[in-house]
Amino acid sequence: MSFTRRKKTLALTAGAAIFALTLAGCASGDEPEEGSTTENTAEAGEETSSDPVSLTIATFNTPGLSDSETDADYQYDLIEEYMELNPHVDITYNRAAESGDARENFFTKLGPGGLADVEMVEVDWMPEVMQYSDLLTDLSSDAVEGRWVDYVEAGATDADGRLIGYGTDTGPQGVCYRADLFEEAGLPTDPAEVAELLDGDWDNFFAVGDDYVDATGSAFYDSAAGVWQGMINQLGTAYEDADSGEIVVLDNPEVKALYDQVTAASETQSSHFGQWGEDWFAGLSNGAYATMLCPPWMLGVIEGNAPDTTDWNLANVYPNGGGNWGGSWLTVPASGANIEEATKLAEWLTAPEQQAKAFANAGTYPSQVAAYDDPAVTGAVNAYFNEAPIGEIFAERAEAVVPSPFKGEFYFQVNDAINNALTRVEEGTDDPAASWEKAVADIEAIG
Amino acid sequence: MASTHVDAPAQKYTLRQRLGRLDVKASPYLYIAPFFLVFGIFGLFPIAYTAVISLMDWDTIRNSGEFIGFGNFEYVLNDRKFWIAIRNTFSIFALSTIPQLIIATFIAAMLDHHLKARTFWRMSVLLPYVVMPVAVALIFSQLFADEYGIFNQWLGMIGIDAVQWHKDPLASHWAIATMVNFRWTGYNALILLAAMQAVPRELYEASAIDGAGKLRRFFSITLPQIRPTAIFVIITSTIGGLQIFDEPRMYDTTGNGGADQQWLTVALHMYNTGWGELNFGRASAIAWLLFLLIVVFGLLNFWLTRRLVSSDNTKGK
Repeated sequence: MSFTRRKKTLALTAGAAIFALTLAGCASGDEPEEGSTTENTAEAGEETSSDPVSLTIATFNTPGLSDSETDADYQYDLIEEYMELNPHVDITYNRAAESGDARENFFTKLGPGGLADVEMVEVDWMPEVMQYSDLLTDLSSDAVEGRWVDYVEAGATDADGRLIGYGTDTGPQGVCYRADLFEEAGLPTDPAEVAELLDGDWDNFFAVGDDYVDATGSAFYDSAAGVWQGMINQLGTAYEDADSGEIVVLDNPEVKALYDQVTAASETQSSHFGQWGEDWFAGLSNGAYATMLCPPWMLGVIEGNAPDTTDWNLANVYPNGGGNWGGSWLTVPASGANIEEATKLAEWLTAPEQQAKAFANAGTYPSQVAAYDDPAVTGAVNAYFNEAPIGEIFAERAEAVVPSPFKGEFYFQVNDAINNALTRVEEGTDDPAASWEKAVADIEAIG
Repeated sequence: MASTHVDAPAQKYTLRQRLGRLDVKASPYLYIAPFFLVFGIFGLFPIAYTAVISLMDWDTIRNSGEFIGFGNFEYVLNDRKFWIAIRNTFSIFALSTIPQLIIATFIAAMLDHHLKARTFWRMSVLLPYVVMPVAVALIFSQLFADEYGIFNQWLGMIGIDAVQWHKDPLASHWAIATMVNFRWTGYNALILLAAMQAVPRELYEASAIDGAGKLRRFFSITLPQIRPTAIFVIITSTIGGLQIFDEPRMYDTTGNGGADQQWLTVALHMYNTGWGELNFGRASAIAWLLFLLIVVFGLLNFWLTRRLVSSDNTKGK
């Protein structure tokens, strides 16, 4: 009797223990984030300028900040340097592989909290972040006024005039081309001559493309989507109205005209490969296309995926003026525990001197006016691109950048719908008119 | 006398005994309670919460919303993409689950024989299952590249035109189904094998003496005998098949299911609506529609399997 009872009590306890363990197991899943925030809160309570502070910073891709991760050939370690300059600060550096992961993480934690003290935000999802600008710290101060080129500052300033992000890099675009393929087509091969050849509007760009296609029979540029982002970023108003925020793309004849122009040209001139797809990467080395619109960070992509190709060159030119592709900001979430120290870190990291070092590290072109005169920037040369003076070229390209169109909360979805339309034409699933009709249906459904 | 008889047992019910009785009755519920409590918190609550959110214009970041009734459902049901996603889901489901289960059954039947190095063969079929689905998708999407992919190069060698794996809907469904089959066939085969091993060997011996051939034994003994396991495998495959997400998501670099929604599945559509457009109201509505779809389809499959396999059974008798 007493034996069975003991057995039962034992079983009962075991059941209770399992239950408790399960709960504990689930609770511990949430712990790392909560643990780190409470830690920070505890330290923030007694924060003065010299008390030890631990900060977290989260970025993605290769922003060129630290060599402690995977990038062994960096010249500078900015994170390390900041900790040496500020001995009371201890920095934990997290780097996500790509912007998509960072975006998901950002929006998951923006409301409930748990973001790093300094979070990097990419230009692609900045319009979405701007809707929640009140959850981020206003970073404007006299110290940073006029530090950035206008469109970088405008991109991070909300309707109330609060500056919520410190610009890191930008993507002023030039044109990358394959000198050997240009030669085959009987076109000039020298960067200066190519710049002269392509100087002009998009009509001129596509006219050169026609010549190239006539001579070689192969594609002139990589993809319609790549050219599209170059074209659309030069419009004053593209998809949405800056004042009302309403979607106006379907009433905007300029957009449709560009669509018609690029789909007509792409029929022969595009390789029809989707950007970042397997075939597109293969095309970098096997000559499937001869040109590509090229922001600074693209140089690394080309070099990394076509290491044995020696004929890629960079021309100091861009159709129809200038264009910007890419760029990021450092933001300081308002829920953070060390807002003041985090702001200092973000400010230091985006100061001209540090941006010049990041450019030397990873080719991320600065967004600060003052950095453009830094010898480390102006003197930069890229060996892979046949000794192209990238410092000089991108400085000129940055000056030529025209303001980007207003990008509001629907920018992502509208752009996606049109990109899908372009891809359908490229893949041959629809003709340009039918594909546009589908895009119209998709855009009308947004909102 | 009678009263003492009644009294005696009544006196015997001490506190200890009554507790003992309660124990017998209540303890089993207590033992299973942890699961149901956890299920309630982490299973039932999210489902109910999703239902609430599906009726709202929900802003997940500010954790607030506005009640809008069935607006989200109305939108989703009128959305072109949703119906294409349903079509794709069923197409991929059919192309993967049906061949997969047939092949798995035959592999299991083969493994049920006396093979040399039995454990090696049995473990080998599970190997693909161990590989991360994302890794599988990455490898296969290289093989299935339209222009420079290995499969198209092989096809070119034997004079067949390149298949447009990322453009033609049916071709993309085949490609994705291939990845799913690669991963799950062995897994299902092992479960079915376990069931086959439990079939009494005397049945085979008796039928062999009666002159039944291998095929006859397979259809008249093996299949009816593994019926409960077969139903289990079919139901889990149905649930998994209708929720298919990893493979279509990883099939190209954008993960949006193709420019013309060629391989957009319902689960992927839900994810894109939630995390892509940050519209959690609509995503919740899609989640609920998917839930209902799976329930209906699961029941349908259950009924079908029972009918098919039991009719075999009666014929066998």
